[in-house]
Order: sequence, then C-alpha cells, then structure tokens
Amino acid sequence: MPATPPRAMQAMDLDAGRDQAFMDQVAHESGQDLKSCYQCGNCTAGCAYSHDYDIPVHQVMRLVQLGLKDAALSCRSIWLCATCQACTTRCPNNIQVATVMDVLRHMARRAGHAPERLVKTFADSFLASVARHGRVFEAGLAACFALKSGKPMQDAGLGPAMLSRGKLAFLPHEPGGSAKAEVAAIFERFAQGRHRAPATGTKAEDKA
Amino acid sequence: MRIGVMVCHCGNNIAATVDCEAVAAAAREFPDVVYATDHMYACSDPGQKTIEQTIRDLKLDGVVVASCSPRMHEVTFRRAVERAGLNRYMFEMANIREHVAWISLDRKRNTQKATDLVRMAVEKLRVDRPLTPKSFDVQKRVLIVGGGVAGIQAALDCADGGLEVVLVEKKSSIGGIMSKLDKTFPTIDCSVCVLGPKMVDCGQNPRITLHTLSEVEDISGYVGNFEVKIRKRTTYVDWTKCTGCGACQEKCPSKKVPDAFNENVSLTTAINIPFPQAIPKRAAINAAHCIRLTKGKCGNCQKVCPTGAVDFEMTDEVVTEKVGAIIAATGIDLFDHTKLGEYGAGRYPDVVTSLAYERMLSASGPTAGHIKRPSDGKEPKTVAFISCVGSRDRSVDRPYCSGFCCMYTAKQAILTRDHIPNSRSYVFYMDIRANGKGYEEFVRRAQEEYGVEYVRGRVAHIYPKDGPDGVQMVVRGADTLLGRQVEIAADLVVLAVGAEASHGAPELAEKLRISYDHYGFFLESHPKLRPVETNTVGVFLAGACQGPKDIPASVAQASAAAGKVLALLSKDKLESDPQIALVQAIRCIGCGKCERTCPFGAIRMRELRDGSKRAEVVETVCQGCGICSVTCPVRAIQLQHFTDSQLLAEVNALCKTWDETIES
Repeated sequence: MPATPPRAMQAMDLDAGRDQAFMDQVAHESGQDLKSCYQCGNCTAGCAYSHDYDIPVHQVMRLVQLGLKDAALSCRSIWLCATCQACTTRCPNNIQVATVMDVLRHMARRAGHAPERLVKTFADSFLASVARHGRVFEAGLAACFALKSGKPMQDAGLGPAMLSRGKLAFLPHEPGGSAKAEVAAIFERFAQGRHRAPATGTKAEDKA
Repeated sequence: MRIGVMVCHCGNNIAATVDCEAVAAAAREFPDVVYATDHMYACSDPGQKTIEQTIRDLKLDGVVVASCSPRMHEVTFRRAVERAGLNRYMFEMANIREHVAWISLDRKRNTQKATDLVRMAVEKLRVDRPLTPKSFDVQKRVLIVGGGVAGIQAALDCADGGLEVVLVEKKSSIGGIMSKLDKTFPTIDCSVCVLGPKMVDCGQNPRITLHTLSEVEDISGYVGNFEVKIRKRTTYVDWTKCTGCGACQEKCPSKKVPDAFNENVSLTTAINIPFPQAIPKRAAINAAHCIRLTKGKCGNCQKVCPTGAVDFEMTDEVVTEKVGAIIAATGIDLFDHTKLGEYGAGRYPDVVTSLAYERMLSASGPTAGHIKRPSDGKEPKTVAFISCVGSRDRSVDRPYCSGFCCMYTAKQAILTRDHIPNSRSYVFYMDIRANGKGYEEFVRRAQEEYGVEYVRGRVAHIYPKDGPDGVQMVVRGADTLLGRQVEIAADLVVLAVGAEASHGAPELAEKLRISYDHYGFFLESHPKLRPVETNTVGVFLAGACQGPKDIPASVAQASAAAGKVLALLSKDKLESDPQIALVQAIRCIGCGKCERTCPFGAIRMRELRDGSKRAEVVETVCQGCGICSVTCPVRAIQLQHFTDSQLLAEVNALCKTWDETIES
C-alpha cells in the first residue's frame, strides 16, 4: 500500500479512487465541512512539523476531499502532528484542521495503520499508565516505553538529572478521592463507544 | 360587472404541472366572469392583443390574468387594459407560476390551487375601484454623496445633461482613493493625471455645487422632492477668501500631525492642503492638532495669511438643499490589517498596506516617489506582496473577493522593478482574478517581462530577523504547487488589503432608506437588470458602495446612474402611485397613532375649526406600506387597492373553496 498518492505518471482515476463513505465519516467525526477548504496552504505555511511530514497538511486535506482513503490513512504526517493548532488558528475558512488530523489518526489506528510505530507505542504506554493509576506515572511510563520501543537505554541518561530535581518519583502518586474512579469511568465510556459524559454530570455529585 | 380571465401556459413553465384549460373552464363559472380562455404566452404581443380585443368586443369592466409574479408583468398587463380603455387598476394578477407550478409537481392539486387563486383574484376585482395617479412637480437637481471617481463622473454627466448637482464629500478635497494612487492598471498611466482634469471640471462647472468636509445629516421627502440637510464641518478658514497659496502651511509650528492623505506614512501640519491637485485647493485646520485651538496660543497662520481667511471663531454650518434624485457614491474603505496578529498587527514599520505603498510610489507622496523602508529609509532589494489580506477570509468575516487586489499587486510589483531595477518581488497569491480587458495579459507581463515571482499559497506569519543590512521581515508561507513550506527574508512587505464598505455606509443607508447587506454594501434593486437602482425610488448607486469595484467599473456605473437620473428628471412632472393610504375623515378620531407609526412622515394631523384633529395623508410622500392601516384603531385609514373589503373578498373566496372541498 503506497504511503502517498500514486507518484507514477499515469493519470489517477478520480472516480475509482473516491471513497464517499470515508469522506462522510471524516466529516461526521470531526464535525468539519471539508468542502470549505480551498487549498490556500495556510495550514502548511504555519505548520511546525512540516519538515518531518511525508505529506504536507494541506495535501492531507486534499486527499480527504478526494476521498483517497488509503493514501490519507497510511501517511506518516497524521502521526507526527503535535496538535499545536496553528493550522486551526490560521485557517481562513474556520476549519479545525488539527481536529481532522486527530480524527484521521484514530481512523488509521482502527484500520491497522501505524507507520510511526514509536508514536503509537508511546501513546499506548501513556494511556495504559493513566488507566492504571488515574494519572500518568512517569517512571513507569518511561520504563514501559523503553521496553516496548526496543531501545531500552535511549532515555536512561535523563533519569538521574530528573530524579535529582524531583521530576521523577519511584512510586506512582495516584489522585485522591473519587478522581481515580472518574478517570476509570472515562476509559470505560470510551471503550463502550460513548464519548460524552452522561447528562447527569459528576460536578453535581461533587457538590452533594 | 363583466370580467374576463386569461390563464397563461408560460410555455411549459405553468402548463407542465397545471391544467390551464381546466382552470379557464372553472373560471367561467365564477360570478361576473363572462369570458375565460387559456393562452400560450399572455405577455406576448398576440396575448396582449387578445386581451385588448376581448375587452372591446365583450365590453369588459375588468381583467384577471393568471400567470407569473406581478413583479414580472403586472405593468405589461396594466398597460394593455389601459390601451383598451379600462382603468389600469381594474386588473388583477394571479401568480400561478412561482406560487403553484414551480413549487409542486402534483398536477391535480396544482390545478385546484391555481383555480383557487383565480377565484380570489376575481372576487377582489369585483370590489376594485378605478384609481387615478396624481402628478407633482420635480426638482431638477441631484444630490451626489461621495466625491471619489464615481461621484465625480456622475456629477459631470448629470451637469452635462443640464441638471444642477450638489456634490457632498467627507474629506476636504474630492478625488477619493483614485487621487491617492500613483499609476493605474493595466495601462500604467498616471492616476491623478487622468483624474485631475475631471476634478478641475467639477470645481469649475457652474452647475456643480461642492460641499467638502461635509456629511449628509438628514434626508426627508421623496422622489422628485427630497430635502437634504448637509453639515459642513468647520475648516476655520473662510474659503471665499483662501487662495490656496500655502503660506499658512509653511508657518504652522504643529508639524507632527499624521498625514491621512499619505496613509499616515508621513507627517503634515495642523493647517494644510492635502495634496497639490486638491479640489477645492483650500486650507483647513485639523482642530485636534492646532496649537491655537487646543492651547489658545499661536495663531501663526492667521498672521501670515495674505487674505485674512483664517477665522478661529468659525463653527459648523448646516445647509439645506432640495433635490429630485440622489446618487450614493460613498465607495469603500480598506480592511484594517491591524486585526491580523500573524502579520504583525501594525507593529512592524516595514509591513505596509498597499495604499501606503502606493503613496510611497507616487511622486507627490511622502518619499517623493522613491521607495524607502519606513524603518530606516533604505531602498528595499526584496519586496514581498501578500494577496487576499482581509479578502476571501471567513475567519475575519470577509468571505468575498475584493476583485481588484490581484491587479494592483501586479501593478505595484511592476512599478517596484521600474523604480529599483535590481530588486526582486515575490507575490503570494491563492488564485489570480484578472478578468478585465487586458488584465490577464498585464499579470503575465509582470511574470514574464518583469520577472515577478508568483508563489501560490497563503502566508502564515511574518516576523523580524536581524540580517546583514538591518532587520528583515521573514515571510513564512507555503508553495502549494510544490507542496512545501517556503520562506523569504524581505526588506519590505506589502499587504494587499481588501475592500470594506465605507465605514459610515449603514448609517447613510438608513437616512436614504435603502437596503444594505451584512458587510454594509448597498443593495441594488436587481443584481442583473436594475444594477444602479435601489428599492427606494429616486435613489441610485454608483461605484464601489454597491460592492468592490475597480476604476473602469465604478466610472461605468456612475455614468449609468447619471443616465437613470437624467431620464427620471427629464420629466417636468412625476406621477404618484395611487396605491396609498386614504383617511376617511368621518371615522378618524384624531388619536395620532398613524402619524407616529408612519416610517415616511407621510401623515400630518390637521386641526379642524372645532379644535378636534384629523389625520391627513401627504399623497406624494406616502409609499403605500400599509402600516398606518393596521395601526388605526377605528379602521379609518385604508390602503387604496388593498382595502379591508378587497382583502376580505379574497379571504372569503378562499374559505368558500375550502368549504366546497370539504363538502365534496
């Protein structure tokens, strides 16, 4: 599967490549009107990570506009996006471009694409740590990521300096009260596909 | 009463979904209908001939045509019945195209609805009464608001056609934005050289009265007889004495006044003449910066003035002008780029607007035609132009294309190369809009002959960076054709700021009682077929106040508006529409509610000999809106041709058909 649209010189069949269900899904999940993008390139112009992208962000938007699903979901850019929101801020058409990138990353994950394995590994390790402890346990996260990434010593040099400045604890410091349960509930809801909190929010319960 | 009915097929527009023959057949059964037929095109010449002939042959008293919207052809058919000897108001129109055929494909129900509408029209016609328009005298004078190139052209054309013209301009000289431009595209001719003669003509034409530094304060009246109050702001200089010698300007010690004519690139004096070709070439004092007016000292200008024209006691003056028609030509203002933080929000002196750059290019400008960086006065070697600043940008509520920025940017890039041959220009653009005569060729020349680099992509941000020759502005953009980020360290950045409606436009529109859009541009009566008319009779539009326009389009529209005014005021008398409010004095209780509610000031309270009051409609002022009619607590005011009994006749007809439908 090519990571970018076919670079070969033969003409691309726009009709055959067009995946309407994919286009609808991106629009639905991101809540953005992708047709309003007129390809001015301002997202790319302001992007802090363009230098590492395989496809610049305005062309990722173009792939979505044309419904070229595989090319969009298999690119590295959506994994390297830092969600800094510069693209969203600059877009003259008020498109939340960073949200679109985020949605594409989720879709790529579900479709089994992860060309930037380390980014996915880190995200998985981070979320696993939060799920277990209610907040991130840095030492555990570092150890977990080091093992899973296959480069166990890559960040080891940072350890002593962080320890001496109190940035790294040996034991997890879990949040008190009901906070840990609430974080667990978020993971529960996500697993069940309910992304939003139930109408009776936890804030009212806190007051009671 | 003898009524004839004609049901129009409108080709296939109506006949495709309405059984026109069946509608005509049903109409024959309606009371007083002695004749009903269907016709392929009622508005065609044979259609109108049939109507006229039938009126004569069958001695009809009234006609109903079931066809399109009255907005299309009511006038056509009224003229036809009039030619056959009927009063033009003994005619009713049933809209079975827009209201029936075009909105549903159900032939059976469409035919029923069309029949209902015809029945309503017939019932109204049975209680219609002949109405006669009155005629009134017109003022053969025209007010033009705005003294830019559009206002100037309209003034000259109207004056040439024999009208007296009152030209009102907010600034102290006429000329508008065009007088600030160095050259014009696509011919590169000197802007003020071609505008100057027209400005001089305006100043010298005995039929044109100039009111500069003036604004329209209030407008009352109606087509043919508007009364306009104009506030002439004080100049503190008696312009009947001032000769424009400029001695005052030389001696004025307040020399740090931002020069608005030069887009605040340079400074001027508190008393000044804005530019050498100003019309009228008269000095005016900027009160906020005058030492005498702010601190009570100085008075140098008064001492040196050879004609004794300076008068610190002068105050605003309000003059009243009577005119028969008005042309709005208020033009545009420019987008305020200080809203854009990513382009420096006005903090960087070497990021300038296109109009400021235009002043820098101009020989009469602050740098005498030499391009110099505002920060250090050095000649720039690399100039970056950024298109669509405040255009095609929904995030700043400016989704429209300003239309002319692509062209002036190409022009400025060419001029830059002319002024500094070893310079390099970059134009960041999204699309090039060059759809005028010779425009595309002009942009190609910029690229091919002058080597201007066009880069397709927006610019994300601009930031300063120390370079070997002082601070440069780094322009970070994208080349979407290449698919990568690009940047250029420029010595000077020119923002192609887009057009906005003139900032006082909505207030003026309310005084003129014309419509304006969300952005403040005035609305024409019809976007294609009535482009210079407004929905207020006697008020016309010229130039960019209706939407962004370049100079040729503004001038063309100005001449079009002048043509409309000349046609309107070529008549000695105008006819007033008799579809207006009428007071039945015997029912009026003199409560005055109608007077207070009338948006046109068309109702006066008249005092009778016994001291009681009665409302009275000024026929020429009433616009027939009907608000008074629904306000009147005793139903003493009736809108002619839309009286309660006429409207009820229609409602009853409709209810009757419903009854029949339910019974059957």
